[in-house]
Amino acid sequence: MKENQFIKQFLKNKMGVVGFSMLVIFILIALFGPMIVQYDPQVFGERADVLNPPSAAHWLGTDDLGRDVFKALIAGSRVSLIVGVAATFISMFIGTSVGIFSGYLGGKTDNVLMRITDVFLVLPWLPLMLVLAALLGSNIWNIIFVIGITGWAGTARIVRAQTLTEKERQYIERSKSFGASNLFIIWHHIFPNVFPLVFANTILVTATSILSETTLSFLGMGDVSKPSWGTTLHFAFESGALSNKAYWYFMPPGVCVLLLVLAFTLMGFALDEIVNPKLRQR
Amino acid sequence: MNRKYIVKKLFYACITLMGVLLINFFLFRIMPGDPVSMLVRNPNANIETVEKMKAAYGLDKSLAAQFVTYVSSMFIGDFGTSFHYNMPVMKVIGDRVFATILLVGTAEIIAIIFGTFLGIVAAHKRGTKLDVGALSFSLVTYAMPSFWLGILMIAFFSGFLGILPTSGMTSPSLYFAVGMQRASDIAVHLVLPVLTLALVLLGEYMLVMRSSLIEVLTEDYILTARAKGFDDKTILKKHALPNAMIPMATLVAMSLGFVIAGALQVETVFSWPGLGRLMYDALQNRDYPLLQGIFFITSMCTIGTNLISDLLYGYLDPRVKE
Repeated sequence: MKENQFIKQFLKNKMGVVGFSMLVIFILIALFGPMIVQYDPQVFGERADVLNPPSAAHWLGTDDLGRDVFKALIAGSRVSLIVGVAATFISMFIGTSVGIFSGYLGGKTDNVLMRITDVFLVLPWLPLMLVLAALLGSNIWNIIFVIGITGWAGTARIVRAQTLTEKERQYIERSKSFGASNLFIIWHHIFPNVFPLVFANTILVTATSILSETTLSFLGMGDVSKPSWGTTLHFAFESGALSNKAYWYFMPPGVCVLLLVLAFTLMGFALDEIVNPKLRQR
Repeated sequence: MNRKYIVKKLFYACITLMGVLLINFFLFRIMPGDPVSMLVRNPNANIETVEKMKAAYGLDKSLAAQFVTYVSSMFIGDFGTSFHYNMPVMKVIGDRVFATILLVGTAEIIAIIFGTFLGIVAAHKRGTKLDVGALSFSLVTYAMPSFWLGILMIAFFSGFLGILPTSGMTSPSLYFAVGMQRASDIAVHLVLPVLTLALVLLGEYMLVMRSSLIEVLTEDYILTARAKGFDDKTILKKHALPNAMIPMATLVAMSLGFVIAGALQVETVFSWPGLGRLMYDALQNRDYPLLQGIFFITSMCTIGTNLISDLLYGYLDPRVKE
């Protein structure tokens, strides 16, 4: 599919456009927000600043340590986005490689790789992530690694299936007869053809990664020096914001996660419709 | 369904099981926080005591020897002794299983019934406001962290309306209650966690049912049935639904295995005394044998339900040969 054609089709898709606009807003906030609004999680407020409702000075009120909730949200947007995208990159890299090699090489390699994939599909992912995060320690790079290493199995399956149909095409046979090596065929023929599918999948996996990061941080495995939205929710829950009815403390971070994940999901669904011609006809 | 298919799937399940055992064993050996240092909290404990402790828990043997002991005892259901509770792991887990089954089972039943129903309606009235509404609903519940949905539930029903309890399975004041009084007390505590979990599950069931039915409705045999003059209702009930239900059956079988682990978030928020909460606590206490036991059991459940869903698929859809 030509790029122009692709963009045209994407613009025609309402879900896609809405999702994309939301994502652009979040990216702009994450990029420029922390430059405009200064936030240091180590600086606590005075006694009188604790759990204040929204006011002109604090747009979304303050938390249990007197810190500004709005500023924490702005700072958190960067962490949530970076972790989500970076973890997805790891997942996609492993998933795509395993899927392509498994599908293309077939035989024993396929069998071994697919059994490993099975194990990763079956292991309960949230407990596995928690255990790994506890093992490695809670800093932002470890969290990226943990989410990335546990989330690739689904992608590997999808890419493998697509590779299987792709490698039956006649031109692959011809390239082989010209003496093209396996790696050449994989890189120049298979990969470009599975790429649209990988791309659509990437967007959806990003949504899952952001949710995973939020959940891990909420369960107390987050990086406290770089608080994400999940970390803010963790402290809100632990400090009893719920029983104090401090809605301004635990509502906004959740809404942010919801909107960001929704943005990725909407885009993913739109892309799925474009790259999956079977879905388009419906 | 031929025998080869069954044997193959069984064989794969066994290999996956071995993989899980291997990961399960090594993962917990490399965790930080030496279990003995957790057991012997007294800083004045002498080396002899520490060594005795190590020997008692088999931590003095080599890694390979520990692995052999581990695998063989796993298969006879001996998961060791919990460091924290100082009871057999099997017993600690056994005490919590009922709470999780009650929570997950009720939520699953509600989610399956409403998810299937909404999916059928959405597919049938495709493109209408009802369909768009149902789709948006499932998108939003998907994009929401489960624990946050639970927090919202508590904020609304317990904080704002003040009609339902926020946590636990029973009221402290009714600790010694029996019979109907106890049952109704548990039921009241069950409402919010079940509602939360059911909402989380419902969206996916609805989506799968909807897309599966839409796909079936485009098949040629539906057109044939229409040409024969059957009315919409008969086509839906007799021709489309039986085939459209196949993916649902396998999805439900698969999700049953995952849901024990998935209930972790909901159980943590509501302090529900189930397996999920137990696992979270075990993680905080560095209780290796207990963690391993729960990890093993949840993995076994997913392997089992995956196998069932594969076999079910092969049985329900004879086109599956491979």
